[in-house]
This record gives sequence, C-alpha cells and structure tokens, in this order.
Amino acid sequence: MRTTKIAVLAATTAGALALTGCAGWGGGAGGGGSDSINVLMVNNPQMVDLQQLTADNFTKETGIKVNFTVLPENDVRDKISQEFSSQSGQYDVASLSNFEIPIYAKAKWIAPLDDYIAQDSEFDQSDILKPMTTSLSSEGKVYGEPFYGESSFLMYRKDVLAAKGITMPAKPTWQQVADIAAKVDGAEPGMKGICLRGQPGWGQLFAPLTTVVNTFGGTWFNQDWTPGVNAPEFKEATNFYVDLVRKHGEKGAPQAGFTECLNNLIQGNVAMWYDATSAAGSLEADGSKFKGKFGYAPAPVVKTDSAGWLYAWSWSIQQASTKKDNAWKFISWASGKKYEELVGSQLGWTKVPAGKRASTYENADYLKVASAFAEPTKAAIEAADPENPGVQPRPAIGIQFVDIPEFPDLGTQVSQDVSSAIAGKTTVDEALDKGQKLAEDVAERYQKRKDQ
Amino acid sequence: MSTAAQSETEGTPTGSARRSGTVPGSGPTQEIRHAKPPRSGVLLTAAAWVVGILFALPVLWMILTSFHSEEDAAKNPPDVFAPLSLDGYRAFFDAGPWPPLLNSLTASVISTALVLLLAFPAAYALSIRPVKKWTDVLFFFLSTKMLPIVAGILPLYLFAQKVGILDNIWWLILLYTSMNLPIAVWMLRSFLAEVPVEMLEAASVDGASLTRTLRDIVAPVVMPGIAAAALICFIFSWNELLLARVLTGTVAGTAPVFLTGFVTSQGLFLAKVCAASFVVSLPVLAAGFAAQDKLVQGLSMGAVK
Repeated sequence: MRTTKIAVLAATTAGALALTGCAGWGGGAGGGGSDSINVLMVNNPQMVDLQQLTADNFTKETGIKVNFTVLPENDVRDKISQEFSSQSGQYDVASLSNFEIPIYAKAKWIAPLDDYIAQDSEFDQSDILKPMTTSLSSEGKVYGEPFYGESSFLMYRKDVLAAKGITMPAKPTWQQVADIAAKVDGAEPGMKGICLRGQPGWGQLFAPLTTVVNTFGGTWFNQDWTPGVNAPEFKEATNFYVDLVRKHGEKGAPQAGFTECLNNLIQGNVAMWYDATSAAGSLEADGSKFKGKFGYAPAPVVKTDSAGWLYAWSWSIQQASTKKDNAWKFISWASGKKYEELVGSQLGWTKVPAGKRASTYENADYLKVASAFAEPTKAAIEAADPENPGVQPRPAIGIQFVDIPEFPDLGTQVSQDVSSAIAGKTTVDEALDKGQKLAEDVAERYQKRKDQ
Repeated sequence: MSTAAQSETEGTPTGSARRSGTVPGSGPTQEIRHAKPPRSGVLLTAAAWVVGILFALPVLWMILTSFHSEEDAAKNPPDVFAPLSLDGYRAFFDAGPWPPLLNSLTASVISTALVLLLAFPAAYALSIRPVKKWTDVLFFFLSTKMLPIVAGILPLYLFAQKVGILDNIWWLILLYTSMNLPIAVWMLRSFLAEVPVEMLEAASVDGASLTRTLRDIVAPVVMPGIAAAALICFIFSWNELLLARVLTGTVAGTAPVFLTGFVTSQGLFLAKVCAASFVVSLPVLAAGFAAQDKLVQGLSMGAVK
C-alpha cells in the first residue's frame, strides 16, 4: 500500500516538474520571443472576442505572437498603473480609457503614436470619430487608439410606453423622463419605471450622475478649481437623480451598476434605462427576450444641448516597451477597419467593436443588425464635447469625470455617500457637503500649482 | 524499494503507538453514546447535518449555478430549476486554462515540497533536540507572519523588477515557500513533540544516525502531521491571489489570477465564474480527499492528552 502511494506521489511530482519545463516559466520580464508582444487588457466581451481571433488572423498574417493578460476592470486599472508607473516594460500594449490616457501621456508613461499613424496609411486616422481623437490626445499628440467607444443614451421599451399611450420625445428633458418613469412604473407586474446606477464608484454611480449634474448646470470644479460639489445646481441634480431612483427606480438600487441594470432591462424588470450606448448590442442580440422592442433617445437634458458621456477603451504603448513597432502593428490591426469586418463575418455584426469609426456607420452589413441603435449611438458620440460638457468652462478635460489622477478617489468617496442617500441612510445635502470638503482638499493642490 | 520495506517493518511500533493513541480516544465516545438517551443522539446527528449542509450550501449553490446559462444564473429571484447547460464550462475551457493551472500546480507542489524539506528538520531542532533559546526561534518564525503581505508587496515587486524575475514562477515558489514555512514549522513542531522519547532513545542505542532517525523513526510516526501540514501549505499556495496578481504577467499567471479574469463589468459572468471556480477548486478537493484519513488523525493528534 505505502509503496504504491509513494510511487504515485513521486510520479505526480515528477510529472509536474516535467510539465513546467514546457509550460510554466518561460522567462523573466517580457517573456516570449522577440517576435511576440504582451498585452494587458480589461475583460470586456469585445476583448474576449479579440483574444479568440488573434492567433488565427493577426499572428498568421504577421508572425507576431500575442500574449494576453485579461483582468476585471478595477484590477486591470491597478495593474496597469503599477506596470506603467514603474516602466517595467513587461507589457507592450495595454487597454486604457480616455480617462487615463491624457494623464499617462503627461507622465510620459505611454508613447506618442503620431509617427506610426503617419506611416500607416491603411489605418486612416481621419476615419476615427473626432471626439475620440480629442479625448485620446495630449498637447496635440495622439497617445491612444480607440478599440470601441461609447456615449450614453436613454433606452426604453417601446411596447410598454405605447401600451400606456406615451410617446418618447425626440430630445427628452429629465423632467419628461421622470414623468414617464412615474407613468410606466408598475405597467407590468414587478416592473419599475427606470434603472439608474446606484452602485458606489466613480465609474459606476458617478458616470451617469455627473452627466446629469452637467446638464443641470453643475460642475465638480470651476475653471479656477473652486469646487462646486455642494453648489445649488449640483445638489438639485443629485436630489433629482436620487428621488427618481428612490421613487421609480429598480429594486436594490444602491447595489445596481451597469450589469445589474442590463439584466433588469433584458428581463423586463424596468421600462427604461439611462446608460452606455454599448449596452444596445446586448439588448438587440439574438436570444434577447425583447429584441426589436427597444427605443433609443438621446441623453436627457436640462440646460445643455447634449448630455451624453464619452468613453473609449483604447490601446496605448508603454514608453519602456522595446517592441513598439510590433505593438503598433497589433493596435493598427485591432482598431482597424478590417478587424470590424472580421468580427462581423465570423462572430456576427452585433459584436463589432463599434463607436469609433465613421465608416462603421456606413457599412450596410452593420446597419442591417444595428439599425435600431446605430444612428443614435453615432449621434451621441459626435455630440459629446469632452472639453466643454457643461454650462461653464472647465479646468480639465472630461464629461463624466474630471481628468485628474485624484478623481477616482474623490468620485468614489462621494459616490459612497450618495449611494447611502439612495438607500435612505443619509441625505443628499449631507453627502454633498462632505463631498465638497473632499473636493476642497483636491482643489487646494491645483490652486497652489497655478499660483506658483 | 528497500526503504519502503524497511519503514514498513520498522514502522511496527509506530502502528501500535498510533493505535494506542486512538483507542483511549474512541473509548469514552462509545461510553457517552451508551450513557446518553438515544433522543439526544438523534438531535446531535440532526444538528451536525444542519451545520454540515449550511457549510456545503454555498459550494453546492456554486456548482448548480455553474450548470446554468448566464441568463438563468443572473436571475433574481434565482431560478433553481432552470434548464442545465454546459456553456459555463465551455467558456472556461475555451479560454485556455491549462497554462495557469499548470503554473498553480508547479508553484503549489514545489513550494510545499520545499516547505516540508525545510520545516521537518527545523521542527526537530525545536522540539525533540531543542536548540538554545528555542522559544525565541519559534517566536521569530511566527513574527514573520505578523507583517501583512500587502505591506511588503511593493519591495517585492521592485526587487523582482530590478533582478528581472517578474512574471517568473520560481519567484512565486520562493515566496510561497517562505510564506508557508512558519506555519509548517509550528504545526510539525507540535506533532514532533508527541513522539515518545523512548523510541528515539532506542534508535540512538541501536546506533541510528540523525538522518536515519528522522527518516525511519520520526517521519512514519508523524506522517499524519506531515500530511496535514502539506495539505495546508498546498491549499494556501494554490489559493494565493495577491502575490500572484501583482508579480505575474502573461507567462507565470496562476489559476486564481486566471479565475478573476472572468469577472467583467460589462455583460454576464456568474455561470462562467462558478464553473471556473469549481474546476479550480477540484485539485484542492482531491488533495483533501486523498489525505482525509491522515488528516483527521493529524488534526486530532495532540488533542487527546
């Protein structure tokens, strides 16, 4: 008995040791050969598709092997900032958003792409939607190429509204949306009026809420960095948002983020949802319960002409990378026109990483499946103005965020209190008075820098 | 071969020692069983089952969810009787889980082996033939566990970056070994303290060398303890996420890092994550079952005094 056990143990250990020789530890930093690159990216569905298509297409065409590390959004942000701030050169390409790219560019952690763009005629930078290029540039140089982009708009169930005899205005105001939410609340058993994110996080609750604040005339910071978090407009907007979600919003709102709201709309638990344009692909996908019954309206407004946000998961090259040419080849392929064709023909046109190129919206194949939301999406992205999103001039770029490194902390801290207000544990006024103090601390640093 | 045979013969006193250790343990239990009225026995059994099911429930729920489609898995209130599907497992295996699983296996098996190799003699020197100031040494071992790993992660990262061993599985093996060593030393020390002095004396009278004593006399006696320590070290290194996430990249990523990769902020992922969690926890479950009888002895060793 014991002999067999020892033999089994020895065999397993030996086997494991032998296997590591071929699979386990390749090498130190920047593992893999000279014709391979390492890519660190967020695990959104579009990236998972990319991962599947890379070996058979990109690697086959160019001979460049791509090693991916895929992580959830928060983890990938941590990991990228750790990698890029130390310039360890482990990863050649990373998926960054238009929040990080201007900041990383100023820190010289990522490489400018203009030279590559100029030499790569096939890439066609002029086809990239203008607000995208603007938000991925710093001091006149392009530092990132969008993989897919999004704005925000209002999604609603046409059939539910029609049954109540309501038509969605072509350009709804928030007051109109609140009225509709009240009318359709309970239109079907268990159905609530609207889904709005309540989950704490600068990228969760404060993505839609900051766009509401903008259009109500509020701002996080005025141009001289005076914070406006407890200014009347900011308070009015937040009270409006919190009241709306408390009265006619989804169940479990303080924990609801993008995913929860997507579920709610797909399963018929809510009649409307204000969120990312990229959600429409999932709503209209084959097998979606209410496919074809969704309507799309621009982001509701109050004082501004448009209110939609702008967000793009994009590719940047680490400054310390020693394989920048290969890295650009990968970016050019992944963000190129041909890749969209490839996804369309192999995985289906609803899965195309859209929202970045004007040509996508002229593609007949794409329009066939995306007719319901293609035009509203493009219009929303083109209407977004990251440099001037509100009624007053801003000290930093960004619509649903303020493009400074301190914003994630600030936004997340304030969002926790606003989320508590949605849960009824505190009031909006208390939450924002606290937020104002936090914002003052941040503002002080920038005001001092300005004075120097 | 001859070693195994020898230990079998020389292990005879071991067997009787172990038996004599368990007999007094089982004696009172039987007496209690007879002494108490049967009704309380039924209640106790029921209570044990309830607690057992409570502990197993989250795992069973995870397994059930892993066999649902993403849409059904995300339903609230949950739909227990939704049709079963293998989509979660398909997604998991399509994502290429073998390199990270192999990395985990490598890191766990090698680090556990190293830990045992180092901890066993150390434990001997701290219990059977205590070195000078052995309590201080023992406390020093423990004190290395007092600093949370997260506090040391930055130096570890920067060091690895300078030396060029980022994303290298041997760096993880080294760290896992040092992370588990104090625990193993403490565990083995308490097991070694149970070894009857007479046996060691007999061995030295017969002229056995230190290595021989350790290998052929002490090791067989404390085998349950070694199994328990090995399993704990294996589980700790198999499940380790923080170090692995920070220090690995595309090459040396371990299973827990791979597992987190299924969580996404856009789209549904519950079924995939449950399927992945189930598969990733299988090796630990298997190791646990394999060591089960040894483990029960090991964990209750020293409990009956």
